[in-house]
Amino acid sequence: MRIKSFLREILAVFTIATISCVGVANAETKVGFVYVGPIGDHGWTYRHNVGRLAVEKALGTQVKTTFVESVKEGPDSERVIRQLASTGHKVIYTTSFGFMNPTLKVAKKFPNVRFEHATGYKQSKNVGTYSARFYEGRYIAGVIAGKVSKTNKIGYVASFPIPEVVRGINAFLLGARSVNPEMTISVVWVNSWYDPGKEGDAAKALIDQGADIISQHTDSPAPLQVAENRGVKGFGQASDMIKFAPKAQLSAIVNNWDNYYVERTKAAIDGSWKSQDVWYGLKEGMVKMAPYTNMPDDVQALAKKTEDAIRNGELHPFSGPIKDQTGKIVVEAGKVADAGMLLGMNFYVEGVQGSLPK
Amino acid sequence: MSQIFQFFPKFVLEPRLEVSGKWVILSPIIAIILTLFSGVIIFSLLGKDPFLALYTFFVQPLTTMFGITELLVKATPLVLIGVGLAIGFKANVWNIGAEGQFTMGAVFGGGTALLCQHMESILVLPLVLVLGTLGGLFWGAIPAFLKTRFNANEILTSLMLSYVAVLCLSYLVHGPWRDPAGFNFPESQIFSDYAMLPILIENSRLNLGTMFAILVVLVAWILMTRTIIGFQLRVVGLAPTAAQYAGFKQSGLIWLSFLISGGLAGLAGIAEVSGTIGQLLPSVSPGYGFTAIIVAFLGRLHPVGVLFAGLIMALSYIGGENAQIEIGLPAAVTGLFQGILLFFLLACDVLVRYRFSHRSVLTGERCE
Amino acid sequence: MDLLPVALTIITASTPLLLAATGELVTEKAGVLNLGVEGMMLVGAIAAFAAAVSTGSGLIAILVGAFSGVAVAAIFAVLTLTCLANQVATGLALTIFGVGLSALVGSNFVGISLEPLPQLNIGVLSTIPILGDLLFGHDVLVYLSFLMILLVGYFLSKTRSGLILRAVGESHDSAHALGYSVLTVRYLAVLFGGFMSGLAGSYLSLVYTPLWAENMTAGRGWIALALVVFGTWRAGRIAFGAYLFGAITILQLHVQGWGINIASQFMTMLPYLATVIVLVFISSDKMKIRINAPQSIGKVFYPPR
Repeated sequence: MRIKSFLREILAVFTIATISCVGVANAETKVGFVYVGPIGDHGWTYRHNVGRLAVEKALGTQVKTTFVESVKEGPDSERVIRQLASTGHKVIYTTSFGFMNPTLKVAKKFPNVRFEHATGYKQSKNVGTYSARFYEGRYIAGVIAGKVSKTNKIGYVASFPIPEVVRGINAFLLGARSVNPEMTISVVWVNSWYDPGKEGDAAKALIDQGADIISQHTDSPAPLQVAENRGVKGFGQASDMIKFAPKAQLSAIVNNWDNYYVERTKAAIDGSWKSQDVWYGLKEGMVKMAPYTNMPDDVQALAKKTEDAIRNGELHPFSGPIKDQTGKIVVEAGKVADAGMLLGMNFYVEGVQGSLPK
Repeated sequence: MSQIFQFFPKFVLEPRLEVSGKWVILSPIIAIILTLFSGVIIFSLLGKDPFLALYTFFVQPLTTMFGITELLVKATPLVLIGVGLAIGFKANVWNIGAEGQFTMGAVFGGGTALLCQHMESILVLPLVLVLGTLGGLFWGAIPAFLKTRFNANEILTSLMLSYVAVLCLSYLVHGPWRDPAGFNFPESQIFSDYAMLPILIENSRLNLGTMFAILVVLVAWILMTRTIIGFQLRVVGLAPTAAQYAGFKQSGLIWLSFLISGGLAGLAGIAEVSGTIGQLLPSVSPGYGFTAIIVAFLGRLHPVGVLFAGLIMALSYIGGENAQIEIGLPAAVTGLFQGILLFFLLACDVLVRYRFSHRSVLTGERCE
Repeated sequence: MDLLPVALTIITASTPLLLAATGELVTEKAGVLNLGVEGMMLVGAIAAFAAAVSTGSGLIAILVGAFSGVAVAAIFAVLTLTCLANQVATGLALTIFGVGLSALVGSNFVGISLEPLPQLNIGVLSTIPILGDLLFGHDVLVYLSFLMILLVGYFLSKTRSGLILRAVGESHDSAHALGYSVLTVRYLAVLFGGFMSGLAGSYLSLVYTPLWAENMTAGRGWIALALVVFGTWRAGRIAFGAYLFGAITILQLHVQGWGINIASQFMTMLPYLATVIVLVFISSDKMKIRINAPQSIGKVFYPPR
């Protein structure tokens, strides 16, 4: 087996060397990234690409990174992942939930390649998963919103009804209600991760219905721009979007994959890599908050306090008692939501308008 | 103002009396030379080694067995849909909504597979395929019905229904058809082996779906050249009035075109789902239904031409991915390059049916 | 709920559709089907955005956007009119090309913010309550979209040049026999289509959402194409269609905001379904369609001997 894979590696290296006429003889490790969107989306994929650049910067000549962008979930992804694996990439990051099964399939065929799949729940010997506890950031955003809002109504521009998004909505409202029990959330689904026009329109509709805080779980800065234009407040998504809304952005929940990518790539190079399932948050720095702006000092202090409390584990956003929309208690007082409930969250907490598809 | 273009068509094209055999071969060669030439320019401008870039784009994907099987896998849906569309386009029936019919094929067939998840029978696969095909057929029947009954333009209705189909799939996968063990993530269960198309070559994704595509090309070829229906379709396309005098019923041909193209798109959809993906996802097509329109025309609406066009198109996609991996060419460049390739192919295609002659467009006088 | 802001939102959502559809109407009336609207819009969007960032002038940005649309439309025109390539396939290829080109150029403009175009303040008129906001509180492109569809409607039905253009679209052979230059008319019509698509793209990246992001048109070019068919090639109906589509898109967002218990996918379907249903009603009068649909659309023209 070992000889066979060794031969395959030799063959792969040989092929590349002949094809590209560039020697790969030095010990540089090839690292591959598969992106679901274009790196120019200024959202999800953009941040992963920033992480890739961090790897290049930190490890310099030790690595050579490759990426394939706009790979559609579905038939294309398996080919791309396999193509990366068969061309000598030693670590491959697949950065969208829909790449989960293709990643596992390819991983079976390439036992010596390490795979890292973002946001999934299936692991294997050479497939690790990683995800970020964005809900921690959303809880802080909720706390700020609860203090800043005058109409007690939050407008939430959402993409698709998946657990990640539902979790974000719930965490936001729990945060808001922790300081102001009158808060409610209206959700508008745009059925797209990425349609600036529609995201903006959804924000306008929500503001017209009385929301004075806009939060979004879609990729473009359009909702925040609308908030700026209409004189309400909002939160950035994925990146610090203060440039798009200097007067409106209260903060932003920043996806920060840099450290993780550097750390895991290093582990793969020095041989200490092991498959794992991590869900990092503020503590590990995978979720970061952009500077707290456009709010009174006391709110800023409260936001920082909340952030610290979450970071050192004193506060869990999903601490009981939590009621769902029907008023049923789903998390008892004194307990926190378990991992299964968090991962597969499929209910709204009390105070969210509308209902989820069953 | 009509003088503006006087200098422009100094050479004009005029139709050949018959398709030129010589140019059938020559025109794609010229197109490819022109594409390579412009490729050299573009890649050099971007600071890449142009010859290496072209090699990774067009040759390298074909140097491995895996690459070849993937080419066939990628071309299969394009050819299946493209053949169906070509038949309709010949008859001037504009089905722009193959994307929706493809999706509905996946929905109906995939839904059947999920229903039969626990049935261990070799009948599951045929059932899945038939229902998938029927799904596409059904979705294609709606614009046909609206056209024949209400005279509603099929370009608009078929396009709009595509959006509806994609949203239907999205709803099902985000809601009722979620994998119960999948933490509410938007994916169906993975189909049982009984619902999967058999793999033809081990360690690849090449499956029986590709055989369907080849079979469909052959059948369509015979249909178009050897049968009365094929003759009618062609006549209607070329001379609708004459066809009417000859007593061909236009509405019948509209139905026929939509059912064939819808059914084939549906088959392509289910073949993709039960052949390569193995489960239902929120989106199962990277735009095959639209790309197949180009494939149909690139193949000159001829089944065999569609086969070649499908392969070329598939190569340009796979080559694009390859170029990203091997030389870090951004996806934007591969799209740009693909567009240019198509421009040249389409422009040179003209030489097959037309020839140059010297004369002035404005006066119509020959200057030879 | 206050209806005025809703109306304003609908206007913003409908304007790019109307702009692009107006251009495509003229193109199609001349007998050319250009399916590359999406690609032309994207090129217009990035060109306008880039110009706005580098010059700071809204007017220059709009012009650059519009003429970039013209430039890519010119590729289409040369291929389909001079080289006699198939229009449907060339149009689709143009979209692929436009998506790629705009993404390539736009890679340097991701994450840059832009001040939106100023709203026109027509003196005292803008200060009239409600009406002032509704009618006089927009940016220049909104007015242009109305002006253009009116002008195009007038041009097509009332002027001699419009008659010639329609004749070319109706039967290029007859028009040619009458001594009109089919090619000239079609070139101009295609370029005009590019101009309007470029404007529509500029509207997206300058006004609608003042930013650049890859593929930011998100299918609006296709909707514009469908609207021309929907409007049965008549200016008034196209404007109606654009606003119907825009209105339903916005209203379904509002309905969702009220918290209705219908899966959002079905709500998102509404604009598409509504256009189909309305088209079915409009189309039942067969004669009207036949009168308005340009008969030689999509057909290749070569001057007869």
